[in-house]
Amino acid sequence: MDFTNFLHMKEELSLIAVMVILLLYDVFGSTRSQRHFQLIACILFGLHTIINILPHEASEAFGGMYVYKPMLTIVKSILNIGTLIVFMQAHTWLESEKTVIRRGEFYFLTLSTLLGMYFMMSAGNFLLFFIGLETASIPMAALAAFDKYKRKSAEAGAKYILSAVFASALSLYGISLIYGTTGTLYFDDVASKVTGNPLQIMAFVFFVVGMFFKISLVPFHLWTADVYEGAPTSVTSYLSVISKGSAVFVLMTLLMKVFPNIATEWKAILYGITIVTITIANLFAIRQKNLKRFLAFSSISQAGYIMLGVISANALGMTSLVYYVLVYMASNLGAFGVISVIEQKTGKVMMDDYNGLYKTHPYLSMAMTFSLFSLAGIPPFAGFFSKFFIFAAAASQGYYLLVLIALLNTVISLYYYLLVVKAMFINPSDEPLAPFRSDNYTRISLVVCIAGVLLLGIFSVIYQQISLFSFGM
Amino acid sequence: MEIRMEYYLIISTIMLFAGIYGFFTRRNLLAVLISVELMLNSVDINFAVFNRYLFPEAMEGFFFALFAIGVSAAETAVAIAIIINIYRNIRNIQVKKLGTMKH
Repeated sequence: MDFTNFLHMKEELSLIAVMVILLLYDVFGSTRSQRHFQLIACILFGLHTIINILPHEASEAFGGMYVYKPMLTIVKSILNIGTLIVFMQAHTWLESEKTVIRRGEFYFLTLSTLLGMYFMMSAGNFLLFFIGLETASIPMAALAAFDKYKRKSAEAGAKYILSAVFASALSLYGISLIYGTTGTLYFDDVASKVTGNPLQIMAFVFFVVGMFFKISLVPFHLWTADVYEGAPTSVTSYLSVISKGSAVFVLMTLLMKVFPNIATEWKAILYGITIVTITIANLFAIRQKNLKRFLAFSSISQAGYIMLGVISANALGMTSLVYYVLVYMASNLGAFGVISVIEQKTGKVMMDDYNGLYKTHPYLSMAMTFSLFSLAGIPPFAGFFSKFFIFAAAASQGYYLLVLIALLNTVISLYYYLLVVKAMFINPSDEPLAPFRSDNYTRISLVVCIAGVLLLGIFSVIYQQISLFSFGM
Repeated sequence: MEIRMEYYLIISTIMLFAGIYGFFTRRNLLAVLISVELMLNSVDINFAVFNRYLFPEAMEGFFFALFAIGVSAAETAVAIAIIINIYRNIRNIQVKKLGTMKH
């Protein structure tokens, strides 16, 4: 057997190394040496991020089963940085009395989902794609149910695993029909054999519905709000940014690579789904009082905006999609970081609890405001530029009506994001949240997020770098 | 006498839709899980049949079915662990008891 094939999988190998080291350290390290577990985990993972940040030339391994493209390094690095920020924000929660004993498991489970996403993105065959998808979603259910003694967390775990299995069963059925009509599972071979007969269209719909479940687009979003609310906050932020970002990228590459022959059909499907997703998620977000639930609906509508990049299906669309995911990561993790630290210190997650937050926590409320403004897309912040590029990509393909509807929806989204800002700055409160000192990990992560929100849009070099590697249909 | 391919496909389609129906109507978490397993197993039949009848020269479908069986076993294990955890928390596994987060 030729082992040199493994050398093409540098990212995966170094991630597995990090996982194994952390697992051994967690199991065999003495109690005294484990005081720095968090620090060592962050440093190791940071090293892994830095080693793999430079793209190398495109290659294939294992007879086309594993495909590497330079673009994948960009996306994987974005996911790595997001995961690192989530690790830092999880510090307070992981060091709390009840969770400290399960600290190592959190890292192992999170990194296994990340490994699954890597494989899912690099797959050149439906088999590897499916295994990656499942590796990404099974540990995720365990993470959602991580707070073993909380009823809500257990509920979230059950809802996640059952919906995930249901979605992957539908996807698998689609894949089986695709196999039946084409006789192969390799993406390149399937692409040339998809002719658009009715059975293939049905297979495609089954397959893509499973993916829509993972991205939580509207008719398939019903699990999202409950899972986001019930899961521990760090897991929620991981789920909403990393899991969603990778799934969106995979959907776009699959649609372009495997189904170019039925592009008219899938564009029509996406057109309807995008409109419904953005509108309904925005309308539901208005009436949410729990901030985690609120951000769940906000993330559904953001996923709808990301679909604008998918529907344009060219290099511009891919650039704006990856850029959108990067900016969305910075803004959403900023918002979740604030919610997470406040929930850990005071146990409050309702919007009314944030009344008068500015008086006692000026920095936290500023961070939250910047993140929400960026999510809404207000000019100096990065969110404006990402929305601009993604609208430009869709408009370049002639989807003017779709862009108009999305634009109108940003006005609605501005309304509900401002509700939170109003609660923090204007609403009077007799007893605002007591002041507390947040730990250094949270501070660093919030500074990084806010720097991202402020600078990602202004430094055009990032967008240019992404556009160097993107490819179209 | 050879059994024609269509009969297998009819069985697997019925299994899939019975699973979907069960997923939406069952009131017990374990029954929901069984319904989902039914859906996953229908896929295995499909792969095996397509491989055996249409593309007997390669083994891709059989291998996919094997992997699908393995992965669905892992899924069931995690799902049952979570259901046991729910039972420990609330002494009940009825679906209607899982509505504490409705707003």
